[in-house]
Amino acid sequence: MSKLRRIAEEVARPQTRPEVRPGVRMKPWTQTRHARLSPALFGALLMGGIVLLLAATAHARAIGDDDTCLACHSDKTMTTKHGKQTVSLFVDGKKFSAFVHAALSCTGCHADLEGKDIPHETPAKVNCGTCHADEFAKHAKSLHGKALARGDALAPRCYSCHGNHDILPIKDPRSPVAPLKVPFTCGKCHQEGTAVSKTRNIPEHDILENFSESIHGQGLLKRGLTVAPNCASCHTAHSILPHTDPNSSIARKNIATTCTKCHSQIEQVHRKTIRGELWEKQANVLPACVDCHQPHKIRRVFYAQGMADADCLRCHSNEKLKSSDGRILFVKESDHAASRHSKIACSQCHSEVNSSHVRPCETITKKVDCTSCHAEVGQLYQRSIHGQLNAKANPNAPTCKDCHGTHRILGKRDPESVSFPTKVPDLCARCHQEGNKAAVAYKGQQHEIIGHYNESIHGKGLLKSGLTVTATCTSCHTAHRELPASDPESTVNRKNVPATCGVCHHGIEEQFVDSVHSVSVTHTDKQLPVCSDCHTAHTIQRADQDAFKLEIMNKCGRCHEKIADTYFETYHGKVSRLGYTQTAKCFDCHGSHDIRSVNDPHSRLSRANVLTTCQKCHAGATRRFAGYLTHATHHDPQKYPWLFWTFWSMTALLIGTFAISGIHTLLWLPRAFQMRRELKAEEAAERLKNGANGADGASGDAKQNPSSGEEH
Amino acid sequence: MPAPTQDHDIRGKAAAIASTETPVGESVIAGGKQRALEYVRFRPLHRALHASMVVSFITLALTGMTLKFSYTAWASRLSRFMGGFESAGFIHRSAAFLMFTVFTVHIVDLVRTKRREKVSWLKMLFGADSMLLNGQDLREFIATMKWFVGAGQRPRYGRWTYWEKFDYFAVFWGVFVIGLTGLTLWFPIFFTRLLPGWFLNVATIIHSDEALLATGFIFTVHFFNTHLRPEKFPMDTTVFTGHMPLAELKRDKPREYDELVAKGELQQHLAEPQPLVVVKTIRVFAWIALGTGFCIVAAIIYAMIFAYR
Repeated sequence: MSKLRRIAEEVARPQTRPEVRPGVRMKPWTQTRHARLSPALFGALLMGGIVLLLAATAHARAIGDDDTCLACHSDKTMTTKHGKQTVSLFVDGKKFSAFVHAALSCTGCHADLEGKDIPHETPAKVNCGTCHADEFAKHAKSLHGKALARGDALAPRCYSCHGNHDILPIKDPRSPVAPLKVPFTCGKCHQEGTAVSKTRNIPEHDILENFSESIHGQGLLKRGLTVAPNCASCHTAHSILPHTDPNSSIARKNIATTCTKCHSQIEQVHRKTIRGELWEKQANVLPACVDCHQPHKIRRVFYAQGMADADCLRCHSNEKLKSSDGRILFVKESDHAASRHSKIACSQCHSEVNSSHVRPCETITKKVDCTSCHAEVGQLYQRSIHGQLNAKANPNAPTCKDCHGTHRILGKRDPESVSFPTKVPDLCARCHQEGNKAAVAYKGQQHEIIGHYNESIHGKGLLKSGLTVTATCTSCHTAHRELPASDPESTVNRKNVPATCGVCHHGIEEQFVDSVHSVSVTHTDKQLPVCSDCHTAHTIQRADQDAFKLEIMNKCGRCHEKIADTYFETYHGKVSRLGYTQTAKCFDCHGSHDIRSVNDPHSRLSRANVLTTCQKCHAGATRRFAGYLTHATHHDPQKYPWLFWTFWSMTALLIGTFAISGIHTLLWLPRAFQMRRELKAEEAAERLKNGANGADGASGDAKQNPSSGEEH
Repeated sequence: MPAPTQDHDIRGKAAAIASTETPVGESVIAGGKQRALEYVRFRPLHRALHASMVVSFITLALTGMTLKFSYTAWASRLSRFMGGFESAGFIHRSAAFLMFTVFTVHIVDLVRTKRREKVSWLKMLFGADSMLLNGQDLREFIATMKWFVGAGQRPRYGRWTYWEKFDYFAVFWGVFVIGLTGLTLWFPIFFTRLLPGWFLNVATIIHSDEALLATGFIFTVHFFNTHLRPEKFPMDTTVFTGHMPLAELKRDKPREYDELVAKGELQQHLAEPQPLVVVKTIRVFAWIALGTGFCIVAAIIYAMIFAYR
């Protein structure tokens, strides 16, 4: 496009030209130039020329005309200091005369210098609004203008986008606001790494990058289509407002209007979702364009492109349809119709179809990418161990469809769904059941996970009592961001366990975080217990059952070894060890989740509370009764001298008594045997005598056999 | 429990038999079978007291042990068998009540015997047949030691030997010590009005270790002294039947026999033997007691040596 034509057009459209106002003078040489260079539109030019001429002649030339200015400012070495910054004050007069404001004199913009002596002071900021009142007003109301009013140093002024002396018309490809340049002009601030992106809250990320890859960006930047939308097409040039502002061109209710500026008949291809006009009239009841076509990343989003499911089903309803490698390509329409995605067209997931092909799907190169819609879930998955393994091309790594299926995906609240709570353990068991691929690869401590879970309180609650609110695998491990417990970001990592359990057991977590076992209370190098240390991970039992109550003492004893040992030396401990729960156990006195240091006045065992604690079982207990040593041992002479010495006195008595009696018995034995032999001999003799006498004999009982003859 | 004084006042059947003036040593015809008369060593009350004490003692030992050796599998099984620790505790306290009753009855009997015989406390406590140790016991002890080492003959023991007296006082001491600490543990709230809380811990140690001493002593030393020494093996049922063959009296306690003969009182102390069914019942009872005692000793040894933690 020649400059001549451009100027001619400018002249031909006086409404778009900068208004020439009184006091703003046109240079005579500009007029002659216009007259000389625009023969084709002579009439119009003549009129314009007359106007300008009148304006020029109406005022006398004043001090400070352009020659006066350029006398100094044509010096390329001319600089000044703005703070520490050195700023060039060189103005290329020849070049300026080539730009859109060539018709203006210097003082036309720098009005405050009019008539000032040279050298003049630093001029005030140029007010573009003097001529461009409309744009100026819009800008003032915009996000940028408001930031400027607040004194935001990063807020853009007119010249930030348009330049100053070298302002070019928008149609000039060299203009920073020419369609092809706009993304980069905006991108000066709106791209990753800039001060704006770092310090200002802008919900979109990688804007410039995403835009350049989007169909809009590619049309504009790759194909050079100046009609392709740039930033200003949607955001407007000067009325830029956040989408939350109802007046914004990108506000939800305005977005359709904005998009239909170009996509004026778009409802024709969106025949499934709208009834022609509904979109524009009732944008609030329908998805807005950006719900599917995300702003800035428009290419990534599938288009139905007018492809109806029926087009796909022409082939894919054939039950015998198979791929060349033998995969069944049959799609049961009823499956999809019953699924969560019943309203989603085939081509929305199977993107890249091209309806102009006989087989529209032959242009497909990529597998279905669920993250097009489920972007957040996709990010979680990528972080998960499943996603990490998948990224390493591990064949065992599950992808979306391994859990959710393909065409018959149901919502997690549908009892038929594989992700319905009661089905989750079976779903995970496919890999994590002992002997299955994930369990084989797993090298940690947990075994028989599924079996144990099914027997645990959670498993029973879920499977036997049918409580769908019960914790399943995903409740603790998350559904999409499963990480090994060793990962600090894992929900089942030690430091996160209380919060994970606390999602359901919130009241318990509240108690726990204030307890002596919480990292927020006790600062130690030793490992503090978390829920799973006492309750286990997968074999969680009901806490009100005897087996658990007894087992928990061993759990306490793992860390509190001595105190547990000495507890078992007391009556409470002995009865507990016999397998009865009626006597006081650790938690009866110390509490369970709200255990506090005994020095803490809130502890159940603090001086103020201990008696109440004893009285739970021992009604009528006195303070002196509470002096009973509940963790006493007789092996510590320093701490418990009374017990120590009592024990050893008793032991000495015991050993002494047994030693003396033992020796007495041992000495006696030989004599006793001797007596027995003599007795037997006597008895034998007696029997012989009785037998010889033919007497009827006394009782056969040796003991009752009297030697009566000797009595008298 | 033997009486501290010899009780010569044999009433009932024994007295009746004595009054018929059957010649000593002559056989009496009972149920077509001839049986010799026997020496009556213990009155029926004493037999009853000893039998009660056996029941009470073994019960206390069995129930108490479950707590003392709670770390063994047999203890928890035994506790379950007795219906749990609360039930075992109830049985333990019931047996303790029986023991206190035995003790009280014995003391009351002593006082009544003293009144009946119209003897002074001095004579009762320090007389020839007193259960208190005296000079004669010391002499007999020394003589016994000599006999043990082959430096003399077996002493001619009287009615109570020194080891019988020791056993008697061991029980006396045990009932006091175990009984009092037991009461402390039975009524801890009451006792801690008077005593510090930690005394309950001390009482537990005393109660438990003294009980260990008592069971260990009774089921080994007492059993040997009375039942297992070879000339009496396997058991001596005298304390239950009350009767003792005359030959045994002459052999075991020759001094008592001599004194009775010298005083001419022997005839008064003879009685017809207990009916066979009674003797058999007593033997069954004694076997059970003896067997239980040995089992308890075995369990204690196992718990203290092999299962101690």
